[in-house]
Amino acid sequence: MGTILEVKNYSLSFDTPEGEIEAVRDVNFSLNEGEILAIVGESGCGKTVLCKSLLKLLPRNARVKSGKAELCGENITAFSERRMRQLRGKQISMVFQDPLTTLNPTIPIGKQITESIRQHQKISHNKAKAHALELLELVGIDHAADRFNLQPHFFSGGMRQRCVLAIALASHPKVLLADEPTTALDVTVQAKMLDLLLSIRKRTGIAILFVSHDLGVVARIADRVAVMYAGKIVEIGTANEIFYDSRHPYTWGLLGAQPALAMKTGELHSIPGMPPVLLNPPPGDTFAVRNKYALAIDYEEAPPMFQISPTHFAATWLLDPRAPHIDPPIFTKRRREE
Amino acid sequence: MNQTAILEVKNLKQYFPVSKHLTVKAVDDISFQIRKGEIFGLVGESGSGKSTVARSIMGLYQLTDGEVWFQGNKISDPKVFRSNRRDIQKNMQIIFQDSAAALNPRMTVRNIIAEPMQACRMFVKNKEAMDAKIDKLLDQVGLAKSFRSRYPGELSGGQRQRVAIARSIGTNPDIIIADEPIASLDVSIQAQILTLFQNLQQEYGFAFLFIAHDLSVVRFLSNTVGVMLHGKILEMAETEELFQNPLHPYTKALLSAVPVADPIYERSKKILYYDPSKLSLTGSLQQLSPKHWMFCSPK
Repeated sequence: MGTILEVKNYSLSFDTPEGEIEAVRDVNFSLNEGEILAIVGESGCGKTVLCKSLLKLLPRNARVKSGKAELCGENITAFSERRMRQLRGKQISMVFQDPLTTLNPTIPIGKQITESIRQHQKISHNKAKAHALELLELVGIDHAADRFNLQPHFFSGGMRQRCVLAIALASHPKVLLADEPTTALDVTVQAKMLDLLLSIRKRTGIAILFVSHDLGVVARIADRVAVMYAGKIVEIGTANEIFYDSRHPYTWGLLGAQPALAMKTGELHSIPGMPPVLLNPPPGDTFAVRNKYALAIDYEEAPPMFQISPTHFAATWLLDPRAPHIDPPIFTKRRREE
Repeated sequence: MNQTAILEVKNLKQYFPVSKHLTVKAVDDISFQIRKGEIFGLVGESGSGKSTVARSIMGLYQLTDGEVWFQGNKISDPKVFRSNRRDIQKNMQIIFQDSAAALNPRMTVRNIIAEPMQACRMFVKNKEAMDAKIDKLLDQVGLAKSFRSRYPGELSGGQRQRVAIARSIGTNPDIIIADEPIASLDVSIQAQILTLFQNLQQEYGFAFLFIAHDLSVVRFLSNTVGVMLHGKILEMAETEELFQNPLHPYTKALLSAVPVADPIYERSKKILYYDPSKLSLTGSLQQLSPKHWMFCSPK
């Protein structure tokens, strides 16, 4: 499996009248072919901004401060707007959270899909239509031919999201950025959507960067998981490593805050306080003030990434050899007994 | 009427005429009761009519049919409601999903929390007692005293929801109806608010109608759960009974679809599907065991 998308030392800031907001801070990760990497975190932690900035969809006051993103070995951070337009949809495409605002309400679904196809491929209307019908079937819309000329408001939320997915897949991109694609959907519809993403990955070998705040959804879909807090990736590893052997107190907090359906005696461990505002972030670890395991050094110096296994990294001083030994809370072990 | 029931809903129907030919049956003949100090969780997917139930009970709509009994009074009757208005309003409070819309942006937190108590003639001409009460309420919902002079726009979503909770418990109600109070909050903040609800409920002992779409949240908080679809309650049981032993195929499908933060379990589990259009709308809720009711159609 080769690396298809690599993000190196990526930092991004917004220049605002109040000052500089450091939305993404020194992020490193790579996405392999056919892999699903999930990025989890609370709202405002920078996960959506990261996705949008890879596609250069952010407003003008956003500025990449350092680092680069490489798609198939090419540094796309330096690309001009013209080259980005050739890239978007064709190599890398995105599904947004709200299917209602993604689709144009006045244009029939079929036309919105063929538009995306003909943007990148020089083919006739008829061929594009045939391809669009195939796509609609791929994403599981029955009677696609009958529904081809219907406007989005004829469709339910789940079906709209399927149409959005069809548009995103129109030109066979190598990478799909899925930004909370199931958050606006009901649980039963969400389950179908996740199965669909898994089956599309199997059939097309597309790599997916899956952004979510729901650890349950992530457990179902992701091969690897990156936990993001205040613009930084604080822990990254395979799904099993993150869910059963996490090392960062923030990951423990997120896991403990989920009221698990499978747990009989529900005790909820909330994380005190709120995520920080990234306008002039404090020195040291931004999570320290909410972290009951915080050490004195956390308030002075931000922890580096410690390696736990070839695939598992976490940024917490607790992993330093000099740190006191702390047993992770019990709820980070397997949450459901067989 | 059951003596211990504090709120009883009997055959509640709430229809909305959309056009000459179409009437939306948002709530279609549902009955349930909530006992003193009980937490009743109502779950359902979007469009199942669960929010309409909350609003109908609060008297925000004119009922199409059915009765709502509160503490032995038939409050769905406008005459009974008018003669007991002050008492009913003091003892029934509601918390909405969108706290930004539920709080007046031009009132300070102090005035927001004080308003229902003033309306109920509590602490009349006793500003010190009122202020002491407000400080106590703020403290109970985990906000500092300094929040008194702030405006809702200056608060985060979690803090606004805390203010809404403080406002609702101020009059010491017998029942609080919460319509998706945590749906728009972050996971870590959700956990904070859920724990807060649990603590306050234990302290004040109010009954609680908790409406949510998230089954795991309902399991955490409720004593009894009702599952809604298409305006009907399809299954109702004591919480653990419902989660251990779901009977209706829709409940089973819903439970199987809830994602659990456990990759090994998640990858191996089988998701059941239920086609809601198969649901026959004729039938009624039948009691199958002392703590379990299910919607059955006549065969």
